[in-house]
Amino acid sequence: MRKRNWLAIGLAMLALTVLTLAGCGKKEENNTGVASSSPSQSSSASPSGASAGGTPTLDAIKSRGKLVVGVKFDTRLFGLKDPSSGNVEGFDIDIAKGLAKELLGDESKLELKEVTSKTRIPMLDNGDIDLIIATMTITEERKQQVDFSDVYFKAGQSLLVKKGSPIQSVADIKKGTKVIGVKGSTSVKNIAEKAPDATVLEFDNYQDAFTALKAGQGDVLTTDNAILYGMASQDSNYEVVGGTFTDEPYGIAAKKGNADLVAFVNGYLKKLHDSGEYDKLYEKWIGATPIQ
Amino acid sequence: MDFKDAYKWVNIEFMLEGFLVTLEVAAAAIALSFLVGCVAGTIRYMKIPVFSPIAAFLVELVRNLPLLLIIFFTMFALPEVGIKFGVVQSAIIALTVFESAMISEIVRSGLNSIPKGQVEAGRSAGLTPFQTLWHIVLPQGLRRMVPPLVSQFISLLKDTSLAVIIALPELMHNANIVIGHNFQTAIPALMLVAVLYFVVNYTLSLVSRRLENRMA
Amino acid sequence: MLDFSILTDNFGTYLTGFGKTAYASVLALAGSFLLGTLLAVFRITPVKPLQWIGTAYVEFIRNIPLLLVVYLFFLGLPSIGVVLSPFACGTLGLTVYTAAFIAEAVRAGILSVPKGQMEAARSSGLSYGATMRLVILPQAVKIVIPPLNNQFINLIKNSSILSVISGFDLMFYADRIASNTYVVFSTYIFAGMFYLLLTLPLSYATGWLERRLARNY
Repeated sequence: MRKRNWLAIGLAMLALTVLTLAGCGKKEENNTGVASSSPSQSSSASPSGASAGGTPTLDAIKSRGKLVVGVKFDTRLFGLKDPSSGNVEGFDIDIAKGLAKELLGDESKLELKEVTSKTRIPMLDNGDIDLIIATMTITEERKQQVDFSDVYFKAGQSLLVKKGSPIQSVADIKKGTKVIGVKGSTSVKNIAEKAPDATVLEFDNYQDAFTALKAGQGDVLTTDNAILYGMASQDSNYEVVGGTFTDEPYGIAAKKGNADLVAFVNGYLKKLHDSGEYDKLYEKWIGATPIQ
Repeated sequence: MDFKDAYKWVNIEFMLEGFLVTLEVAAAAIALSFLVGCVAGTIRYMKIPVFSPIAAFLVELVRNLPLLLIIFFTMFALPEVGIKFGVVQSAIIALTVFESAMISEIVRSGLNSIPKGQVEAGRSAGLTPFQTLWHIVLPQGLRRMVPPLVSQFISLLKDTSLAVIIALPELMHNANIVIGHNFQTAIPALMLVAVLYFVVNYTLSLVSRRLENRMA
Repeated sequence: MLDFSILTDNFGTYLTGFGKTAYASVLALAGSFLLGTLLAVFRITPVKPLQWIGTAYVEFIRNIPLLLVVYLFFLGLPSIGVVLSPFACGTLGLTVYTAAFIAEAVRAGILSVPKGQMEAARSSGLSYGATMRLVILPQAVKIVIPPLNNQFINLIKNSSILSVISGFDLMFYADRIASNTYVVFSTYIFAGMFYLLLTLPLSYATGWLERRLARNY
């Protein structure tokens, strides 16, 4: 009896282990099969491929039959996951769809993965994603880590406040003003320079940052105007003030050395501008014609 | 408080989807950390030269660090030295590393609770150290380990919520998205999260108590 | 592999975070010790409603994640009009959460004191409260110290949750250093060392206390 009992526990434990391991293995295949195939191919092939003028990264994506793009899930107008439809929608998403259509002939051959300002570069490096289209500002430091396309969106840093707030511009940010930003974003660094006396609260993503503003944890939220307009359109108690005080040119990022992919993206962006399609996209999401 | 909006079916469905991810990641980490923890705990118990001190060092190191740091480290620091994982793997690996250290301590003290006389008896009856462990110490020790092991598994399930910082689409992450859409859903949405965790964890602890009683 | 300039350049930043982490941990320890002891006494009093409150609290809190408790303070309270600072929310969350575990440790300590002592003290005329305070709790403390120490270690580790709600703790500043310098590996290694500075001594103290207590029996 004692013996049987012990055996039963052992078997149950073993069964649990095997089951969960099997489940886990399957999941990894589904989710990140891309990850295991693309980094090895792109990292081994791209340096020589780039110099030879071949298209190893594009070939790898084509043979996989799917373009994997890292986008924001929490940024209205650019990349927002709507829990009621399950879809992710926004300007960045439409660009990603266009790229998938251009490359693979079908915009449904696109897989969107959620990134945050903090996770996007590691995920690109890991090979989890082929491209970052996630309101990412082109900066010198980031150029050391990734390859950027041409500018696809011109934003500038601005401020979001509750209507009736005494803060109307950067000059109103005084000592003790609580400014909310997002970890790892350029806006946090900029505001530390423009308003060194402010207390800067940092959160992991825009969703949490805006929630914190609504919760009254800060006086003002700062990031790119385009993102702030999205927040203001979601909740009419908030407004964008003070104009822009930096230039934030957004770029699409590919892993370093994937020159063929960057060239392809640039080609697509040019086509988009030439056909007038870009202006339509801009109007659809931002509600105005782009500043030339 | 907006209960009606928070408990729209789409929102509930979305949060349940997240809970499924929580359960999957937790299950994988439970299985892996049970294996690793058993091995590490046994190595420390058997006092094998070189291996036991190494195991002891690693266990003490990990046990004294915050899980949040280990998650960040796995996701953001390891890529710098060429070791790269995706979000799901990072979460599973970090949880496994952290909980293995805890489990190895449970295993070690479970094994240590078996009187030394039994080990000596086994050895003098001609069993090898490994046979003694396998046939005499482990069966008895494992029984004593069940309650602390289950409460460690409960901890692990709760700790999965920390993977929200690397945007793992688990329960807390999805609840945050719902709250982000309408701030007035904060309390109802968090209440639903609490109920889901409570139901699963409380059931686990009841099962553990029942096992304990049956084996006593 | 380790970039020591990260440590030297940001030493002040690390130290600020280290101080906040220690401060939050000590505050939460004091709070959760008081609340936990109260709950433990609730659970073993003969008064049924108090027992229910104690049991419900402990069972509920122990089975939900710490992050959820912290969010209830950070997001839940403001939605009904009460706004506390991130640091306060984090520390309160830690207190409420840890109290449930301390209650269990204290209860086990109290129950380990033989029942006869309670009966003897009561029959010699002491009130229930006085018996608890003068006879039972002093003995229970000895047994409770090692597990309590463990809870303190957990508390220090768990205080890193403050970084999620911008609580200016060690982990928060580590994040900030990492995103300013782009040197992630070394930044987190040094952050880990600062945590070990707090947790390792306690960890050894626990081991030492456990051995000493074992000798006493």
